[in-house]
Amino acid sequence: MGLGLLASKALKPTASRLLSSQNPRSLLFLSRTVTSTPELQKPEQAAQAQPEPTPDLPPRTPLAGARVHFPNPDDAIEVFVDGYPVKIPKGMTVLQACEVAGVDIPRFCYHSRLSIAGNCRMCLVEVEKSPKPVASCAMPALPGMKIKTDTPIAKKAREGVMEFLLMNHPLDCPICDQGGECDLQDQSMAFGSDRGRFTEMKRSVVDKNLGPLVKTVMTRCIQCTRCVRFATEVAGVQDLGMLGRGSGEEIGTYVEKLMTSELSGNVIDICPVGALTSKPFAFKARNWELKGTETIDVTDAVGSNIRIDSRGPEVMRIIPRLNEDINEEWISDKTRFCYDGLKRQRLNDPMIRGADGRFKPVSWRDALAVVAEIAHQVKPEEIVGVAGQLSDAESMMALKDFLNKLGSNNVWCEKNGMFHDADLRSGYLMNTSISDLEKADVFLLVGTQPRVEAAMVNARIRKTVRATHAKVGYIGPPADFNYDHEHLGTGPQTLKEIAEGRHSFSSALSNAKNPVIIVGAGLFNRKDKDAIFSAVEAIAKSAKAVRPDWNGLNVLLLSAGQAAALDLGLVPESENCLESAKFVYLMGADDVNLENIPKDAFVVYQGHHGDQGVYRANVVLPAAAFSEKEGTYENTEGCTQQTVPAVPTVGDARDDWKIIRALSEVAGVRLPYDTLTAIRSRIKTVAPNLLHVDEREPATFSTSLKPQSNQELSSEPFGTAIENFYMTDSITRASKIMAQCSALLLKK
Amino acid sequence: MLARLAASRFLEIRQVFRQVKKILSHYPSNYKQSAVIPLLDLAQQQHGGWLPVSAMNASCNILFNKIIEVAPIRVYEVATFYSMFNRSKVGKYHLLVCGTTPCMIRGAREIEDALLKHLGVKRNEVTKDGLFSVGETECMGCCVNAPMITVADYSNGSEGYTYNYYEDITPKRVVEIVELLRKGEKLPPGTQNPGRIKSGPEGGNTTLLSEPKPPPCRDLDAC
Ligand code: SF4
Ligand code: FES
Ligand code: FES
Repeated sequence: MGLGLLASKALKPTASRLLSSQNPRSLLFLSRTVTSTPELQKPEQAAQAQPEPTPDLPPRTPLAGARVHFPNPDDAIEVFVDGYPVKIPKGMTVLQACEVAGVDIPRFCYHSRLSIAGNCRMCLVEVEKSPKPVASCAMPALPGMKIKTDTPIAKKAREGVMEFLLMNHPLDCPICDQGGECDLQDQSMAFGSDRGRFTEMKRSVVDKNLGPLVKTVMTRCIQCTRCVRFATEVAGVQDLGMLGRGSGEEIGTYVEKLMTSELSGNVIDICPVGALTSKPFAFKARNWELKGTETIDVTDAVGSNIRIDSRGPEVMRIIPRLNEDINEEWISDKTRFCYDGLKRQRLNDPMIRGADGRFKPVSWRDALAVVAEIAHQVKPEEIVGVAGQLSDAESMMALKDFLNKLGSNNVWCEKNGMFHDADLRSGYLMNTSISDLEKADVFLLVGTQPRVEAAMVNARIRKTVRATHAKVGYIGPPADFNYDHEHLGTGPQTLKEIAEGRHSFSSALSNAKNPVIIVGAGLFNRKDKDAIFSAVEAIAKSAKAVRPDWNGLNVLLLSAGQAAALDLGLVPESENCLESAKFVYLMGADDVNLENIPKDAFVVYQGHHGDQGVYRANVVLPAAAFSEKEGTYENTEGCTQQTVPAVPTVGDARDDWKIIRALSEVAGVRLPYDTLTAIRSRIKTVAPNLLHVDEREPATFSTSLKPQSNQELSSEPFGTAIENFYMTDSITRASKIMAQCSALLLKK
Repeated sequence: MLARLAASRFLEIRQVFRQVKKILSHYPSNYKQSAVIPLLDLAQQQHGGWLPVSAMNASCNILFNKIIEVAPIRVYEVATFYSMFNRSKVGKYHLLVCGTTPCMIRGAREIEDALLKHLGVKRNEVTKDGLFSVGETECMGCCVNAPMITVADYSNGSEGYTYNYYEDITPKRVVEIVELLRKGEKLPPGTQNPGRIKSGPEGGNTTLLSEPKPPPCRDLDAC
């Protein structure tokens, strides 16, 4: 009491008046304010002396690459996270501000690429002057906000939320495939209590059948609705929903419907618990047993960044890697689940077809000797080489060099067909680049169905359409779209109408600020392709789609090998060379017109799968698949990337370029490179951009568009380039999962 | 089969379309999806008080997709969220006993017991003759006359649909109500206590009997 009186002398008059009143509570109050630090008794003065709470913390680095982008420097505000000041643009949420300040806020429902739901409450933090903890993911940061993430209140709030979340959670981690990479597991270790108080019966939920890819254990669901938001927002399918209410709440589909999306596998990644897991991967491995190899995908021309998880010689699963410019953090189902195709139908040994029509395994030496001998028996112009759609740049370079040395220049990459305008890179690349599609306001899709041809490009278009209501016009056969589009017509006639300004869509195009025209590579095979391309160019010209600051004229390629093949100049010399060929070298090419190969031609198939090409082959040379070799690929926008071997090759298989190099030696036309580095320096002389890995090399801008072709547009409508999204190449055709998908999801 | 039956039933009644139009006219064209709840309610009334999957299918396909463009799953979400949409069969008269605290304190449990016993069913079961079913509801906002039950009357389709409150009930009275309903008699909704008028006190009002005096400050001359 005496101490309290003493202290009160130092206080301001208000305080002494309080003291003089006979209120015992104020006395109590005062006696509790006594401390040995004088500043605390004089808050005003202390505040003057120390205007800013100088942080004694070392400067922190933003979390996980959190980037701060100030669209307008005037809009920057300053907030304090645990006393540490950070500058953030207006409109960021408290959670984002904490990320910038390097503080990780636990979360379940928040996902930076989805809308904000704010329903898990795990992200509670304390904000000064707010009476209750606030859900940081949904609360906009305000200037001067003092956010505290590490106080007893915040900790208690998280612990409480965690207890509630675990109330109805089965806690079956030992039999859960998410174990070891589960947000719930990790966050309950970090923020939860060591025991719960819930003694009632836990609820259980009936599992749903979402199709052949996603396994559900719905009792584990914590109702974060990430999957629902992903399906409606990113995948664009209104299939998942939150049914019921209260403790009866569950994720479901409309009356036993399957989830029909080409991106459905991504819900496995975004589900923070083990409610949605991979069906093919179920109970196969624990994630800590797996070796991750960061590589790229080759099942389409997008080149999605992936991580191959392998155990020993086996690819166990494929998951996406973040690449903002290409696939963001999603991958298509084909990319994710094609991996079981890598284990089936593989070619192990070199084989020669005997007189009885059966293959006989032989040694490499014998096989190569036979091939080399035949190659010398035919005329150079009767030699034809076709690279497969999965071929890497190195092997295509080797194939071209080898055939050139034999005197032939009839070499191409299968999906490119007879396309031979490889001089202008802008003529076959996605010049806008995938990420810049987001700036477009009008799309014209010519003979391309991006949803099946390049699911990740389609996801970008959808994102743009959703965000800016960009208009989409489509010319081609009736197709599936997951965004609003206008079906303008089915064939070249519509294209002509637009080019001549007679179509209602022409005005939309010419009024657009950033128009984008995407031409499908499926049109490469048409007889009137030149006329189509000049019509497209006419449209681009009138819509001002090609300007120094914007190139909106794009070609959407179909397969991983195409862009590099055209860069390397793999174009056939004469159109009908396949029909008159005597010696055909198929380097993983299964989708060429095999019927066109003359009966008496000698066919060498070099590849990794016993697919269509093998049926016609006389000699089979086993090669490595993309998961087993180091190879350079260029995606449809011209970005060069490399695969990294994740698992050893099967059997006696070898890398593609090595086989050709060995064959060239046996054939007496030795290729001058023995290492990958050497072959890459050879590539450098042809297409230096293929050496700039992970860089997008835009096509050099050319104002002089191609001259008008005098070819006539035919009236034949455009066709579909890809009939079955799930089976497009030898790997996916060998995959059982992909077969199941085609059977279940594509049936009409 | 069931789906077709429901769909045809749903379609047959041409009047429905007039009603649908009227409902839709309440919403601005860019917020048409807000009509989901009234439309589902209409469907439920048409379908004798509950929404089987087939009725939802029918309403999804016929109404929602075409007229207001809502995906089936979104309709399903709404229908499962609101407890007023019944997803299993109910009787022609669906009796909802309020079980929230004020009613519970005033004897809601006895009322429910009496009802169930009288009808010989369990909660959410339908009597054999299909006339009655008993459910529970949360507070209906007339706690001042607790306990209460609500009777959703689906016996006359959507035109004769009523949703009446019967308040101040006793276990005896509730059985009488059931019997009256069975006979098809119309009984006045509201308090069942003859001594009360609306929510006024038993035996007539005791306060506010004369014109209230204005507050003194209104009399500007006086100050
Ligand atoms: S299934 Fe997974 S992602 Fe979907 S709501 Fe449940 S916990 Fe969230
Ligand atoms: S992350 Fe904020 S409420 Fe779920
Ligand atoms: S508690 Fe029954 S009406 Fe309010």
